[in-house]
Amino acid sequence: MKKRSLVSINDFSKDEINRILDLAEEFEQKPRQNLLNQKVIASLFFEPSTRTRLSFESAVQQLGGSIIGFSSAATSSVQKGETLKDTILTVANYSDLIVMRHHIDGAARWASEVSPVPIINAGDGANQHPTQCLLDLYSIRKTQGTLENLDIAFVGDLKYGRTVHSLSIAMTMFNTRFHLVSPVELKLPSAVKRHIKEANLTYEQYTDFMEMMPKADIIYMTRIQRERFPDPLEYEKVKNAYILTKDMLEYSKNNMKVLHPLPRVNEITEDVDESPKAYYFQQALNGVYVRQALITYILGLK
Amino acid sequence: MNSKRKELIVSAISNGTVIDHIPAESVFQVIRILGLDKTTKPVYFGTNLESKKYSNKGIIKISDKYFEKDEINKIALVAPTATLIVIKDYEVVYKSDVKIPNQIEKIVKCFNPNCITNKEKVETRFKVIYDEKKQLKLACRYCEKNTSRQNFVFS
Repeated sequence: MKKRSLVSINDFSKDEINRILDLAEEFEQKPRQNLLNQKVIASLFFEPSTRTRLSFESAVQQLGGSIIGFSSAATSSVQKGETLKDTILTVANYSDLIVMRHHIDGAARWASEVSPVPIINAGDGANQHPTQCLLDLYSIRKTQGTLENLDIAFVGDLKYGRTVHSLSIAMTMFNTRFHLVSPVELKLPSAVKRHIKEANLTYEQYTDFMEMMPKADIIYMTRIQRERFPDPLEYEKVKNAYILTKDMLEYSKNNMKVLHPLPRVNEITEDVDESPKAYYFQQALNGVYVRQALITYILGLK
Repeated sequence: MNSKRKELIVSAISNGTVIDHIPAESVFQVIRILGLDKTTKPVYFGTNLESKKYSNKGIIKISDKYFEKDEINKIALVAPTATLIVIKDYEVVYKSDVKIPNQIEKIVKCFNPNCITNKEKVETRFKVIYDEKKQLKLACRYCEKNTSRQNFVFS
């Protein structure tokens, strides 16, 4: 079988993405199956990320697979100065597939080139986090019944938000209309907008959250971080302009759902949680099914 | 009329390579990236010369030196208008405009300090792309960030 890794969401075609989302639906119906019996999955977290790691490990263990690995570089041979290449070649001897999180941009692509077993990128620095993107796509499809022809709004920090970039690029495959709400300092980078234009799709930019509200099928919220602003006064001016509260939801479409990659700080007030339009906790749960689908697809078991 | 005289502003060479039609502002950069500032062979150069094709050109002539593919790619990146002329026994035996390849390997560093190619022993690999302003950029295969011309560092 040809070794197949997932490093960047662009590595997969539209058909493959749909196939993985279909499989994820099957796993949602039946998350506990013995598909990974006798398989060893390595979970290498050179940078701690408890949420992502537990989601992967739960996905594997519910399918009967075993896990080896580490949860931070402090407890690995990186401490002794081992190169990434050597770590990957060693761990590949002991496992059928490697899930890897790393603080360096491009570490996952490099690992996929040297590794004899498939690599799943669980986040490489500021670059890619494709399984987050897949679970976002799954959540959108599940709540709207389709990925095609939707109005998707991204709100908050669109400049540095890695999840926003990956999801925007992935959504260009589905005839999306993009609504971009952010302070001027944190607009979507032109490199990402280029993908939208190349797909002959349109986007609208807003600084006013409420102007966009009635248009969206999905509102994808992100956190605005104080350290992104060179001038603290600029942060003070915008910090409350992109907070979603329950009363604002009245002006949204009935089918609208709110997504958030989590962790949330204050950008969605807690009274939103009880609204049927809040979907972010379910979204995190979907991560397990999507990861089960991805692992079994890559190993050729599904 | 006197194009021959102009050519002679920079001495002729018997054997070696002439890099012509270099944008004037790139002459010293070409010298540096090819390591010609450290060579022991005779090097002649001129800059801010009049040119029929370009408003302001530079030219470099290097005796007894023939360039490899990687070196020609470096020239193409900083001086995309350049013409490469190989001289043997005062005769032109090869003449061609440089071409920017679709892929660039090893010769340029990635601008992103947190890229794996700047952290571990990994050779750089870029795809050549053009942004909406038709500016050449190198898209890193690893960190997926773009390095633009003004940030090129050659290795």
